[in-house]
This record gives sequence, structure tokens and C-alpha cells, in this order.
Amino acid sequence: MTVAWYLVVSALIFCVGAGGVLVRRSPLVILLCLELMLNAGNLALIGFSRMTGTADGQVFAIIVMVVAACEVVVGLGIIVALYRRRLPIDVDRLRELSG
Amino acid sequence: MEDVLFFIAAIGAVAGAMGVIAMRNPFYSVLALVCHLLSLAILFLLLEAQFVAAAQIVVYAGAVMVLYVFVVSYVGGQGDPVASVGPGLGLAGIALCVGLFVELSIALLGSGLHAIDTDGAKLGPGFGGPGQIGQLLLTKFLFPFEIASYLLLVAAVGAVVLARRRRGLDAPDEPAREPVAQLTAADLVRLPRTGTQAETVGLAQEEREGEGGW
Repeated sequence: MTVAWYLVVSALIFCVGAGGVLVRRSPLVILLCLELMLNAGNLALIGFSRMTGTADGQVFAIIVMVVAACEVVVGLGIIVALYRRRLPIDVDRLRELSG
Repeated sequence: MEDVLFFIAAIGAVAGAMGVIAMRNPFYSVLALVCHLLSLAILFLLLEAQFVAAAQIVVYAGAVMVLYVFVVSYVGGQGDPVASVGPGLGLAGIALCVGLFVELSIALLGSGLHAIDTDGAKLGPGFGGPGQIGQLLLTKFLFPFEIASYLLLVAAVGAVVLARRRRGLDAPDEPAREPVAQLTAADLVRLPRTGTQAETVGLAQEEREGEGGW
């Protein structure tokens, strides 16, 4: 398969993730959709790494995985804190900061 | 063979992604994401990225997903209706991401990169293996590697600070917790009927008064 196929799959996964962030209201699912978008970026990075024949893109993908793990940990910590304070787990009803 | 494997893995990855946003119960969304990640690891293997594929399975599908499962079962799978933002906004969101896909495809396929329609460059031996990745991480990309370790440290500390139980900030309707007697390591070496726990329940006080020592 040519590299273009992988890039199209990556674009498709990214768009599914972006649609999920727009459509769903549960912060847990929104975090999962962020993971989808980061993984689509990883797939594109590794596809380009295969295209150029250098492994730099793969190192970049590993760093992206580290950042994604940090984002997950902090996001889930916020969700647990919300649950502890009996706040609704719903991004549409958490609008205290929106003025 | 490679083409067949590519299509199987690509369909699995896209179907897993669809499943994440279509499932009503967050628990099933997490399981769909695990399927997505495993399919993506197959795509990475097809792209000669063995180390990243292994890290994807171990770190993502293993550790991160276990964290998700724990939090989902702690918070409780309160399913919210799909596209619960209202029909107008839901349709607008879907239209937006379809437009985004068309735009991304035009940008990718019309980018004029010569190598994009080939199978990729000729690869040396050991491409994408742990040896090459490790050498790159410790020589060319040493600084990002060190920054990533600090980022992980900060995230771990931040998660503990965020999720700990704060005194005085609890919701007023939350009942005050009864002090629970917990066995600590210090209790094992302490003499019986002494220490703070004994004083809390008044045992030590009664005993001393009973003895009439003072």
C-alpha cells in the first residue's frame, strides 16, 4: 500500500475524533476522542517517517504518546475531583467559568 | 497479503473510532478504543515501526486503558444520549467533520510530495527497531527525552493534587466522615492501649482514672 492510503486513514480517524468532541457531552468520552485525534496524528507521523526513510517521525510519535498519557492522567484527575464534589459529569452544565 | 492486512486493520481502526463516539455507555467506548488501538498497532507494524507498535500495545492498550476502566467504574457509567447536544448542533458537528475530512484529504493528496504515491524509501536494516529508536532518543533527541521525563513527573504530581480529598472544600451535603480506626505500621510496635487511637476513643483515659495513679 502506498503512503497516501495511510494518510487518508489517519485523516478519517482524526475527523471521527473531532466529531466526537463536538457531539458528545460526557467528559470521559471527550477525553477518549482526544486520544483518537492524537493517535491519528501518530499514524500520519509514522507514515511520513516510512516515506522519508528516517526514524525521526517515530521518535516524535513516542513523544506524542508521552504527552497523551500526561493529558489522560490530568483529565481523569479532574473528572475524579468533579465526582468527589458531586458536580454533574456533563460539559454543558459545567459553566461556572463561562461568566 | 500486505494489502489484505492493511484493509483489515484500517477498517478495524475506523470502526473502533466510530464505536467510541457511538456507544452510549462510556465503558463500551473504552473497549472500542482498545480495539482501535490494537488495529492501529497493526498499521504501525505494516509501516515498519516495530518499537512504536509494541509501545502502543503495552502503554496505551495496557496501562492507559486500565486507568480509563478504573475511572469509568469509579464515576459510574452514566450514559448520556448520543448527539445529546440537540439535533441542530449535532448535524452541524457532523457536517463540520465531513468538511474537515474533505479538506484534509485535499491537503494531503494534493500536497505535491513526490514520495506520497510510493511504498516509501528504501530502508536500512533494523529500521524502527528498539536499537535505532534508543540511539536516536539518547543522541539526537536527548533534550526532548529529558523534557518528557519532567512532563511525566509534573503530570503525576498534578493528578495526585487534583484528585486528593480536600478538607473544607467538600460539598456541604456530603456527610462528615466518621473517624475510622486504621491499623498503621506504628500500631504494631506500640504498646497496647496507648497512642492516639486509644486516646480518641477514651480508652487510655478510663484506664488511667481506674488505676487512680494521679
